[in-house]
Amino acid sequence: MGTSILLAHGSGGGKTRELIRSVFRPFFTDSRLIAATDSAILDGAAGQLAFTTDAFVVDPIFFPGGDIGKLAICGTLNDLAVSGAKPLWMAVSFILEEGFELEDLTTIARSMAATANANNVALVAADTKVVPRGKGDKVFITTTGIGRLLTGLEQVSYGAGIRPGDKVIVSGTVGDHGASIFASRLEQPPATPVLSDCASVLPIMGGLCDLAEHIRFMRDPTRGGTATVLCEITEKQNWGIRLIERSIPVDGKVSGLCRLAGLDPLYLACEGRVICIASPEKGEEVIRRMKTCPAGLNACEIGTITSENPGRVVMETTIGGTRLITMLSGDPLPRIC
Amino acid sequence: MNRVDELVAMIRCENRSPVRFMEVCGGHTLAINQLGIRSLLPDKISLLSGPGCPVCVTGTGYIDSALRIASNPEVILTTFGDLIRVPGSEGSLETGRASGMDVRLVLSPLHALQIARQEPGRQVVFLGIGFETTAPGVAAVIRMARSEKRDNFFVLSAHKVMPPAMDALTSRGIRLDGFICPGHVSTITGSAIYKSLARDRHIPCVISGFEAADILETILLLLRQVNQGTASVEIQYTRAVRPEGNPRALQLMEEVFYRRDDWWRGLGIIPASGLGIRDEFRAQDAEYLFGRVTMQGTEPAGCACGSVLTGQMTPSECGLFGSVCTPDSPAGACMVSSEGACQSYFRFLQ
Repeated sequence: MGTSILLAHGSGGGKTRELIRSVFRPFFTDSRLIAATDSAILDGAAGQLAFTTDAFVVDPIFFPGGDIGKLAICGTLNDLAVSGAKPLWMAVSFILEEGFELEDLTTIARSMAATANANNVALVAADTKVVPRGKGDKVFITTTGIGRLLTGLEQVSYGAGIRPGDKVIVSGTVGDHGASIFASRLEQPPATPVLSDCASVLPIMGGLCDLAEHIRFMRDPTRGGTATVLCEITEKQNWGIRLIERSIPVDGKVSGLCRLAGLDPLYLACEGRVICIASPEKGEEVIRRMKTCPAGLNACEIGTITSENPGRVVMETTIGGTRLITMLSGDPLPRIC
Repeated sequence: MNRVDELVAMIRCENRSPVRFMEVCGGHTLAINQLGIRSLLPDKISLLSGPGCPVCVTGTGYIDSALRIASNPEVILTTFGDLIRVPGSEGSLETGRASGMDVRLVLSPLHALQIARQEPGRQVVFLGIGFETTAPGVAAVIRMARSEKRDNFFVLSAHKVMPPAMDALTSRGIRLDGFICPGHVSTITGSAIYKSLARDRHIPCVISGFEAADILETILLLLRQVNQGTASVEIQYTRAVRPEGNPRALQLMEEVFYRRDDWWRGLGIIPASGLGIRDEFRAQDAEYLFGRVTMQGTEPAGCACGSVLTGQMTPSECGLFGSVCTPDSPAGACMVSSEGACQSYFRFLQ
């Protein structure tokens, strides 16, 4: 076995088996995967299922606070979690570029397995393809996940029960991941790295299960950031959102970088945060529960649902003025996830 | 009472008649809209966005020239992100890149020079746009490239200087009661460049910083001048701007660039308002190698960017605004840049 990916590793023959045996098998150990059947055979799950897929093409593949492997597992886990589902099974597919270092691939596989194990989700199906040098960029990963919808949380994807008076809550500082990727790409990255928030939000979601009837909406603000999630949910509704700018938690390094580069943290991606809209009665309790998780230490209320300004997100600025928040247009940062 | 509330109260006290103040700096456009400053001011104060966003005033002809240059497979075209989506007559750098041109985003001209060092077999062209704030940095890199005898690094200059445009605005009968003068530009140029505006055109000028209190204080100072019937140049942004500016940067600009007539969107040709690269540095001049740029191109039909940039129309009065022209699919340059009047209006106020 050499040190980098060859086209032959994608041939389906001996080299492919060798790649699987030496790089993936030590980490991906689920019996249904090892069985090497064309499909993983799973025990049927009763009730409603959540099913999602996501592709990851982030550049750079290693960034402060994570790597493309951890991101690929967390991204899909988080999509299931904020849909009110407990993740059960995942499938993963790799597109590798000829010449990609095996050592890097091993690091990524190890990171994926560690993240999946820590979140009790089984990697039951996988695939690998190799493309010629220059036809890909190191490694692209697609993950697919299935989860069981938890009772009482069926509504959280849609936000159908949102009404004036509800609290808008974020589980931590916003824009960390987008800022981290931006900083990693600078000619001279900052001396103290800007850490991505890349993490599973399952622990946060788990802590909220018994408050289900008070949780109106949950989503993870990835591409497009917090602003875009709030605009999407508010669009065409007969209520609006009033955000309070000084309540929105932003890491000092992130806000410094944003000022320098003309970016707005509200539009930068998070990869380990939840936006939650909760009833006014239990808003405080939701925040308290979030704060018990390491990823939720900076959880706080950032705004309220209002009957004024229906269909719009209006922000009270730091100086007491108001401005409109609109959806992200264009792409401030290419390939962040 | 905090400083902001105090200033707002003083502005309310001072404001008697309708006034129109114009800023000519993209940073001010953005700050005013992001902070929601208009929402704190009396209705009688109108804040207009002038020709202060480099992308907005640059002609479609410049984009056309850039695309023509980039169609050469030897060329790596490097640009600030703001320019990438600006429509030319037949496409943008973004569509050019999609069709196979090598167009790369850089954060500084130095980064572009770095690419030229790494790829000596390719011709690296940097799109130099911006006012006195960015021109000295580009001048420094041009000088650096010459001293290392770099034969594959070029700048396509569309650099412009601000005072002739401010003068053109006022000499063409556009009613303004004061200029919120650009803070960053003035750190380089100093305050003397606005003297003739105050003296000859009788327009109050205040050089402003970018924080909420800076902008509000500037508005207050302008109102006081209006009420006293005076017109002078004041520096509000004293922590960054000195009357004499930055002589070293000015000297660098002077060494590398010469003044030439240039075309501005909304204002047309303004004498001595653009910066071309001097003959001594022509080894770095993309125009010398690839041919002269005609700045003026075909403007998109119905686009009122020109009227917006000269304070004659608000963005929402343009027929294309919000329907044909949005940040996702901009018709005119003012909708492309985050500092553009139309995009800023669309994002924060619409």
